[in-house]
Amino acid sequence: MRWRPGRVLALHLGVIAVLFAAQFFLPAYHHTNAARIMVLATYAIGYNVLLGYTGLLSLGHAMFFAAGLYGAGLPVYYLEIGALPAFALGMLSSLGLAIAFGLVALRAGGVSFLIVTLMFAQAFFLTTLYFNEFTMGDQGFILPERLRTLELGAVAFGLAEPAVKYNVALTVFAGCFLASLALIRSPIGRILVAIRENEARTRMLGYNTFAYKLLSLAVSATISGAAGATYALLFSYVGSSFASIHYSIYPLLWALLGGIGTTTGPLVGTALMFYLVDVSSGFTSSYLLVVGAVLVMLVLWFPKGIMGMVRTRWLTWLP
Amino acid sequence: MVAVTLLETAGLSKNFGGLLAVKDVEFRLGEGEIRAIIGPNGAGKTTLVGMISGQLRPSSGTIAFKGRDITGLRAWDRVVRGIVYTFQVTSIFKNLSCYENVALAAQRRLMDGMIGHLTLGERRIAERVETALRQVGLAASMDRPANALPYGHQRLLEVAMGLALEPELLILDEPTQGLSEEEISAFCELVRTISKEATILLIEHNMSVVLELAGKITVMDKGAIIAEGTPEEIERHPEVQRAYLGTRC
Repeated sequence: MRWRPGRVLALHLGVIAVLFAAQFFLPAYHHTNAARIMVLATYAIGYNVLLGYTGLLSLGHAMFFAAGLYGAGLPVYYLEIGALPAFALGMLSSLGLAIAFGLVALRAGGVSFLIVTLMFAQAFFLTTLYFNEFTMGDQGFILPERLRTLELGAVAFGLAEPAVKYNVALTVFAGCFLASLALIRSPIGRILVAIRENEARTRMLGYNTFAYKLLSLAVSATISGAAGATYALLFSYVGSSFASIHYSIYPLLWALLGGIGTTTGPLVGTALMFYLVDVSSGFTSSYLLVVGAVLVMLVLWFPKGIMGMVRTRWLTWLP
Repeated sequence: MVAVTLLETAGLSKNFGGLLAVKDVEFRLGEGEIRAIIGPNGAGKTTLVGMISGQLRPSSGTIAFKGRDITGLRAWDRVVRGIVYTFQVTSIFKNLSCYENVALAAQRRLMDGMIGHLTLGERRIAERVETALRQVGLAASMDRPANALPYGHQRLLEVAMGLALEPELLILDEPTQGLSEEEISAFCELVRTISKEATILLIEHNMSVVLELAGKITVMDKGAIIAEGTPEEIERHPEVQRAYLGTRC
């Protein structure tokens, strides 16, 4: 139960290998979907670090996703910077926002923390509308294709190319997937889980739990920001709808569905939800009813989410 | 031979909205002692050690540990300096394995700042976990979830967590509560072993445990220290008899 580093690493590398191989088989439509799912799953991974492994429920993560989105999108649009620096700026924007936000919000615990995240995210959303001179508000702006090139040394890749899109999405996903695994398997991850389980006791073991919660929030937001930045660069649209409450609730649903507190859950949950919407909307215009019903059933029968159930029943070594 | 003072409080008081739970306590503990604090319920024992361990902020007064004023230090800082508290109500991470429970304590001693965690090898943590679990006799339960242990073993797990923190002062708050007779005598044996390395402050209701272990006893009543001395002195002390048995007028 305790020592399965080989198996765990093999599983995670296997998931990445399957995703890599899939691009050669997937039909064009699902190929594009898969790229989008990987970016959104990255967002869910970020969210899961905070909720699943630290026990902090946030309803404001859209601000971190959107900070990444705007942090990358605005400089590309106005200053025409390259994709790599834009990506870095997107992550830094989220990180900066998370630290400033965390220093204030983490003083509140439990439900108060939840409310504070909601309020800050709403303020962030309104800010994107307020500066509509630059952000173009809820209409947003499109990054022109000529600006979306990834330069690696002498080679330039057009990010509108499906194959490039897929592999960039996969790279970002794989990086965050492995980073989250490394974090939670480290002694720091053990402390975060301890905070989730019993914060007062963790303090009495000599840990400054505030600092660790802030660290967790910073990692969570940086991964969410990486997802947001990638989203802007790959799918070209930057708009305030990504800062709205919907984008705070989605990662919660994805993580719940896949299994909070599992490293593979975010990917499973995001893919499932994506295709649930995709398939059901093909049959009926009231597809949200179908989605809602399925979610209710899943919560009733698999309260720990899909991967959470797999862990309980079969693979107890899953991280 | 006078023992070196490890812990000293001066004028320590705690006021819970008008209720004076601890008033003006001067408490001194020498290095290497096994000291018991006894007293009726509500005497302020847990409040006093709560202030010593940093869970409660004193309303007034100071606490010095190894000659340094620690009154303003937060609880986690005191743990790092060697003051370790084990809870009255068993407080372990029930959903985690025994290994994880003790590893949390062990890695605290090994790490050097937050970043130091990243380079900390699991093997070094595992060694310490095994040592601590073996010391309390739980080595065989390493991979079991903590909530699967019988109650007496959960208390021992709590002590193992304390040991892995390598305390200089180990505060045990009613450690034998809920234990069977055999478990209690094994526990006394364990405390005696621990006391070779650490000073022990024991809050205990079971008088036979107190008389067996403690070198000195401090008696509290209504938030104040009313007597202090060797077990023999305390048994004869009139104030103690009054507090425990009531006065005969």
